[in-house]
Amino acid sequence: MLMNKYILTVFLTAAATVSAFAQANISPAPAQSKLTYVLGAKLHLGNGKVIENGYLIFDKGKITGIGDATVVRLDMSKGNLIQANGKHVYPGFIAPVTNLGLAEFESIKATLDFAEIGNINPHIRSIIAYNTDSKVPATLRSNGILMAQVTPQGGMVAGSSAVVQLDAWNWEDAAIKKDDAMHITWPIVPKGRGGFRSPTVTPELLKERAQNAINELDQLFTESKAYAEGPKPATTNARLAAMRNLFNGSQRLFINVDQEKDIIAAVNFAKKYQITPVIVGGDDAYLITDFLKKNNVAVVVKQPHALPNSIDDDVNMPYKNAAVLANAGVDVVVSIDGYWQQRNLPFMAGTVSAWGLDPEKALQTITLNTAKVLGIDKTTGSLEMGKDATFFISSGDALDMKSNHVEQAFIQGRDINLDNLHKQLDKKFSEKYQLKP
Amino acid sequence: MKKILLSLALVFSGTLVFAQQTYPVNGSYDIRPGNYAFTNANIVVNANQTISNGTLLIKGQTIQSVGTGTAIPKGYVVIDLKGKYIYPSLVDAFSAYGVPENSRTFSGGSRQSIFTSTKKGAYGWNEAIRPETQVNTIFTIDTKKADELRKAGFGSVNVISRDGISRGTSAVVTLSDERENTTMLKPEASANYSFNKGSSQNDYPTSLMGAIALLRQTYYDAQWYGKQKEEYNISLEAFNKQQNIPQIFEADGWQNILRADKIGKEFGKQYIIKSNGDEYQRIDAVKGTGASLIIPINFVKAYDVEDPSEARNVTLTQMKGWEMAPTNPGVLEKAGIKFSLTSYGLDKAADFWTNIRTAIDNGLTQKQALLSVTEIPAAMIGVSDKVGTLEKGKLANFIITSDSLFKKNNIVLENWVQGKRFLTGKKDEKDTVAKTLAKKEVEKPVLNAGTLIYPFTAFGLPSPLKQETVLLKNATVWTNEKEGILQNADVLLENGKIKAVGKNLSAGNAKVIDATGKHITAGLIDEHSHIAGTGGINEGAQSSSAEVRIADIINSEDVNIYRQLAGGVTTSHILHGSANPVGGQAQLIKLRWGKLPEELKFAGADGFIKFALGENVKQSNFGTGARFPVTRMGVEQSFVDEFTRAKEYKTALAVKGNHVRKDLELDAIVEILDNKRFITCHSYVQSEINMLMNVADSLGFKINTFTHILEGYKLADKMKARGINASTFSDWWAYKMEVAEAIPYNGKIMHNVGITTAFNSDDAEMARRLNQEAGKAVLYGGVPEEDALKFVTLNPAKMLHIDNKVGSIKAGKDADVVIWSANPLSIYAKAERTFVDGIAYWDIERDEQLRKDQQLERARIIKKMQESKGKGGKTQRPVAESPRMYHCETLEDYAMELNELERTHAHE
Repeated sequence: MLMNKYILTVFLTAAATVSAFAQANISPAPAQSKLTYVLGAKLHLGNGKVIENGYLIFDKGKITGIGDATVVRLDMSKGNLIQANGKHVYPGFIAPVTNLGLAEFESIKATLDFAEIGNINPHIRSIIAYNTDSKVPATLRSNGILMAQVTPQGGMVAGSSAVVQLDAWNWEDAAIKKDDAMHITWPIVPKGRGGFRSPTVTPELLKERAQNAINELDQLFTESKAYAEGPKPATTNARLAAMRNLFNGSQRLFINVDQEKDIIAAVNFAKKYQITPVIVGGDDAYLITDFLKKNNVAVVVKQPHALPNSIDDDVNMPYKNAAVLANAGVDVVVSIDGYWQQRNLPFMAGTVSAWGLDPEKALQTITLNTAKVLGIDKTTGSLEMGKDATFFISSGDALDMKSNHVEQAFIQGRDINLDNLHKQLDKKFSEKYQLKP
Repeated sequence: MKKILLSLALVFSGTLVFAQQTYPVNGSYDIRPGNYAFTNANIVVNANQTISNGTLLIKGQTIQSVGTGTAIPKGYVVIDLKGKYIYPSLVDAFSAYGVPENSRTFSGGSRQSIFTSTKKGAYGWNEAIRPETQVNTIFTIDTKKADELRKAGFGSVNVISRDGISRGTSAVVTLSDERENTTMLKPEASANYSFNKGSSQNDYPTSLMGAIALLRQTYYDAQWYGKQKEEYNISLEAFNKQQNIPQIFEADGWQNILRADKIGKEFGKQYIIKSNGDEYQRIDAVKGTGASLIIPINFVKAYDVEDPSEARNVTLTQMKGWEMAPTNPGVLEKAGIKFSLTSYGLDKAADFWTNIRTAIDNGLTQKQALLSVTEIPAAMIGVSDKVGTLEKGKLANFIITSDSLFKKNNIVLENWVQGKRFLTGKKDEKDTVAKTLAKKEVEKPVLNAGTLIYPFTAFGLPSPLKQETVLLKNATVWTNEKEGILQNADVLLENGKIKAVGKNLSAGNAKVIDATGKHITAGLIDEHSHIAGTGGINEGAQSSSAEVRIADIINSEDVNIYRQLAGGVTTSHILHGSANPVGGQAQLIKLRWGKLPEELKFAGADGFIKFALGENVKQSNFGTGARFPVTRMGVEQSFVDEFTRAKEYKTALAVKGNHVRKDLELDAIVEILDNKRFITCHSYVQSEINMLMNVADSLGFKINTFTHILEGYKLADKMKARGINASTFSDWWAYKMEVAEAIPYNGKIMHNVGITTAFNSDDAEMARRLNQEAGKAVLYGGVPEEDALKFVTLNPAKMLHIDNKVGSIKAGKDADVVIWSANPLSIYAKAERTFVDGIAYWDIERDEQLRKDQQLERARIIKKMQESKGKGGKTQRPVAESPRMYHCETLEDYAMELNELERTHAHE
């Protein structure tokens, strides 16, 4: 006993002396070596369904069995058993539209790799800049976020995002789907800064500028389509070439747009090219749910923890927005701004649930719905047979900060290390004060 | 051709009504006698006296007589004005006629790091204080502008150089086109002030509160200047000389009226205040100042609301403002406030009469209208002996009109200035015009001007909410006292206090609210907030701005007050930003939605001051890098210097008393040394936190609170030893280099070490869910729920020294309580009712009704705007605006905002 304590102390000391910037002791987990059973937990499948007392079997990184534990007998001699009675199992949460891994410190330019210069950058690809050595992803995993859509920003056409899993040695390792979507920002008439500052140019001129930009976008799409359909041209154009996959359906089109009229214009624009876009932002989407449903358009709602757009708006509108859309039958994905903030993604879904959406449907907005719009739902997004064993076990409701407590997490069956910089510093200084970390 | 025109003009101006003694004439003198008799006229002598069929005699520039049956002396030119009217010409107490417009170049918000005046000579240190400006020395006649004003009926104006915070003396001039030597009626008419630093190149002040502090300091400096012999200062000399003439303050908006008046009262001055026409919104408060006002009538144009998606961009404030602004002059009259009307701010002077008639249609009497454009402005600027009425001996400044001045089809036919005739070029077509327009005249505008709401914004209420006796029944009550969390308990609120807490309380006369299944907590307290302020929350042009006070810029109309009530917040500590080591004085407020700025203030609370460390104060991420300090080493010396000087100042005060120059900045620091003001210091990394603790120890002051304190966990033992409190974020990090090691376990570690720990917002959004931020103390480190809730209630109350009044649910404390739908630390908790002083300023059900009512009100006004457009009224296109939010790091230039507003308005 005494011996054990000594070993423990040595271990803690070792952890504490590791330089905070090295994070060397948090290695990506090796591949799953043994079939594993999770038994007795409440399984939140991510597709809207729940199994109160379930079993989950996974092997070689895939889910090989799932069901109601009260009606089966399992032979558990062949694998590891995780007894999870009274606990909750969730599919790994997916953070959409984030610059995670492309930024480390917001104010330090050298660490910022998410916004290339130029207005039309379809050839820009986020995946190659995704930094697996960033200290941020480990802090997200601790709250259940196991995948992310790493997304470039800036300009009218920002480039291609990629979906990654958050436990990797390098970006090739991390990639679940490269170049999953092209991201554009719909040209709009900008808002005034508020207060007593008024714009210095006329509303008419602003409108004209927006229309010119739309025309430019239209020309890009028209020319890119022709470029894709034609024979290999004598002169290669990297921008036009990069647009190719939008037209054959292998890449999604994400459009950042918020206001009612602009959303309609953006959707109609995409339809012209036989593309079903995904709307990102969509502040006013709740005003046009029929239109969105009719066109089968999903909306990535920006973070519910936001202030209303206008002074006169319902003060709780941002909380309610996603629920209003989802209850009207629109496919809704919930997001949150930034990268380090992503660890609060579960609580965005919690907020959506608090303000009007069924809890399991709210969960769906950060799991299966997200997987669908990212085009990765065949392998992930829900706890279903044959999908990746990417999930976590929490002792309580993971959508509520009061009870989110991730005890164990698996990515493609790999039992990942849930340590992170913050836990290490907590240990280091709790020990200084002889407190329990 | 041009040359010919020019010489013609010169010849013309060589024809003089009266002799101009000192100037030579090129050629023969041409001095006209200027004897005129105006007969058979309706002479409006003043607002109380009209003479029918009267005669007005003038000689040169002077009125000889006004009356009936006057014998006309020989040699007089007789002008028969049968059926016509003579009025005293109008006087404008506020004008920029004949002086250069403020020509500040816009630098786009970036600081230039110009610390003292660029003006050569023995002037004051700050260019915004320019009392040495004398309009009588810079005024030049502007014939085009004079013509425009004369056509509207004006005869004399008070010309103000609208540049700077102290703007020097104005001059009253007539609108004659003679030489400046003869048009000057009063060369030093009023001393003028504003909150706008104008063309000043100095960085200081960047904010409204800085402008206020600078003006206050100038008064003190001027007092000191009079008693000393070591310094010669043209600016202070001039400032002192102009204290006994009328003092005019340009302070647009009722909140600024209150701000200006407060400064005036501090120095025994009663300003005449030029405002912007929104006084009707808080007429009692405006009247309470006792100030006379100068009011524009540049009513806003209707918004073009044909397109519903664009109409959404028009706020309720804008809509109601459009509808109610024309009632303003009438409201002022009814309130018995003395006011003049100015043409200042109108796109063109010709709109003056249209808008006066609109004001008359909306409740202003004709008599008051006349007073407000003649006698009152004349009295304000001290020229009653010369203009404003038609009396013997006064200037022959009058207008001849076709009809009664306020009739719609009245025409100003002639405008006589100093006995010189100016034809307006309009003919009296009364008879024909009257016939054609007779039908239109009948069509009076619909006079349903809507009702006032408090505040004058969305979610404002038509009448104040009442304090009630309320019994909250059968809830889970988080007392924050030794009783802990009570199940199935009641809370009784009476007279704004918590009367009792316990089980089965008797209701008596109380209104009973069934709170079964709900949770009740004390109202949330935000130790670090920047809402409800205006004109900037950072005065960061110098390394210390201890003289500025958030108290001066509280904005009661900020919708964030309501939004945060909806998140259970009842008390907010409004802090200066973090742009400099010694920031400004803080203000604690209660979120009493709908009350006046002064009424928001938390009575009897200790004063605090914001300090800051790290990247912001050393300007790592903004600025020119020219303002000291730019390293943490320099930050230390900023504090050492400030406190050393303050100690020496304190000693000097003790020895020499009021012979020492009063220094508002050091006064605040002395208060800290005397334990009368308390520090809350923005802080991140451990080295600098340790530094400030050492500086405090060595210079003998205490640090009350470290705010943000994201590396507090590294120094918790040292903070604990000094009894310093901690107010941090739950989980922010990575937004800059100094938060590289900010961890969400910070709060937990400090709490476990025994430090009084709070979570704050510094953010108008996060403040709406501080309860959930407290929930994160459970997530990161397993702080017991009862303790976690105290992070946003009792603990901030303790560090703000108000825990004897708020922060827990205990009989005798303020009735600041929240009813939650679920465990308040949970993501599922909604604030259903938020009481402040026993008044439910937030009620989730009332809110729903309010939004419905608001939609109806908007629809009504939209319809009215469309009707106005249909009748040919001017409209403007609505432009969406993002509401302004302040954070610690928000830097803005208040003066530039004002100037830009003015510029865009002028171009509409």
